[in-house]
Formats: sequence, structure tokens, C-alpha cells
Amino acid sequence: MKVKVHVTLKNGVLDPQGKAIENTLGSLGFKGVNNVRQGKFIELTLSETDADKARAQVDEMCKKLLANTVIENYHIDIEG
Amino acid sequence: MKACVIVFPASNCDRDMKVALEASIGSPVDMVWHRDTQLAKYDLVAIPGGFSYGDYLRCGAMAARSPIMAEIKKHAERGGHVLGVCNGFQVLCEAGLLPGVLMRNAHLKFICKDVQLKVERADTAFTGGYKAGQTVTYPVAHHDGNYFADAETLKRIEGEGQVAFRYVDNPNGSLGDIAGVYNAGGTVLGLMPHPERLVDPLLGGIDGKPLFDHLVKTLAA
Repeated sequence: MKVKVHVTLKNGVLDPQGKAIENTLGSLGFKGVNNVRQGKFIELTLSETDADKARAQVDEMCKKLLANTVIENYHIDIEG
Repeated sequence: MKACVIVFPASNCDRDMKVALEASIGSPVDMVWHRDTQLAKYDLVAIPGGFSYGDYLRCGAMAARSPIMAEIKKHAERGGHVLGVCNGFQVLCEAGLLPGVLMRNAHLKFICKDVQLKVERADTAFTGGYKAGQTVTYPVAHHDGNYFADAETLKRIEGEGQVAFRYVDNPNGSLGDIAGVYNAGGTVLGLMPHPERLVDPLLGGIDGKPLFDHLVKTLAA
């Protein structure tokens, strides 16, 4: 079972890398780009075949390692 | 007084820490590999600087889940002292032994220079060799030293005297100019600057030496 995890910074947490990307896009001539936020994308293949169990498993993984919930949110997509 | 230094893959200040501790203790300090699952009885566990696991995922994230960390948590729960410097501070935050997190420096640059720090309190085993409010010089060398905690946590650590050191001139964007924090009991200290790099006149200064000398004096008693 394929699972995709997006880890993003919480609102209000300063993202200097996102800011630098935004500035560079501006200097390349891309106008009207605002609020650039950089995150992480993690793809997993699980031997689990039950979608609910897979979600529960990955949720645990996110809490224990994949995200630092002090500053990050995570979103899990089960691809089947 | 018995101390050890934990070694992760890509720790690179482990020997500096060992040398600094041995100079104050006067006897050999053990090096403990991160895959060990037993920790002998130590008065102090030191987690050194470096780039454990190549800073993969987040600085300190992998090291914080190493087998030895379960033992270090037990040591801390028993009231044992833990010192984490630079990457060691990041590891302690990731492991949940200290509040907050270290993020990428606000200006995105790796900073390597001496900085001035204000010692917030002088009633812990770590800082009893200084005076409260005293300014000391320690070197910093990091890319991710920007201290962050949510508003509630920040209020709590400020209110309970858990801030150990503050930057006089904030180099990295840390909230409250925070350079180092204690756990609630004052027995676990994490800081980004490197006291172990200024413990000998040959290294350009000895501002870090009182930290190690006082730790030894207190923990050996």
C-alpha cells in the first residue's frame, strides 16, 4: 500500500527558506507570489493492505518521527 | 565524578567535549556509542556537537530515536545531569527532554564566530561558576540554532527560570534571544554555543572552563 505524507510548517512559524524562495521568484520576474511555505513530502510503501490500519500506523510514525509537532503539521494520503 | 560522551555517526565535537571534561575531572571520560542499550551509572551524560545522521529529516531527529536515548531519558528521570551542546541541544529538544525546537537560522547562513552570552542564573550545577547576569564569550558554529517554542511554552520557561543563556546580540533569530535552556529541574541543559571550545588559553580563552569546573565540583560532592 502506497502512502504519501506531507509535512508543513504550522501557521505563524517563521519559514526563512520559504521567504528566500519567494524573494528569488520575485527577482526572476514572477509577480504576485505571496506566502511561500516550504515543506517535506515523504512517500512510503507498506505491506499493510487495510487502509484504516495503514493510516493509523502512519499517524503513529508522524507523531514519533516524521514530523516535529511543535512546529509542523502533517497530512496523510492513502493511495491504495 | 563519572562522565561519558555519547557518540553518534557524524558527531564531530565529541573529542573536544571529552578533553574539556577530562581537564576538569582529572580522570578519563568514557565514550558511549549510540547503538548501546545499556548506560553505566554516570553523574553526567554529555551529548556533543556535530551533524548526527547528516542532519537528515530534521537536525537531531534521528539521533533522538537512537537506542541509547531511552537510557539517557531514564538517567534524566532519575535526576541525572545531561549537557547537550549544539547538535546535542537539538537532540535533547527532539527527544522531548527539553522544550522547544531549533530551526534554520533566520538569515539562512551558517554562523561560526564568538558570541557574547548573558548567564541568566547562577544557582545550577552548570552555571554556579559564573555570576547571574554575567556576560561570557562562547563560540557558536551552527546553521540551525534559531530557538522556537509556542507562546504558551515560552511563557512557561521564562516564568520558571528555564532560560540558561541569552545572546547579547542575537545572531540567529532565536525567540527571546534564547541560547540555552534547562529542563524544569535544572538538571538537563542544552545550548547552541560551545563552552568546550574555550577551556584553555591556547584556544583563545577560558570562558567555558567555569561551566565544567563547577559541574565537577557539584557532581563530585
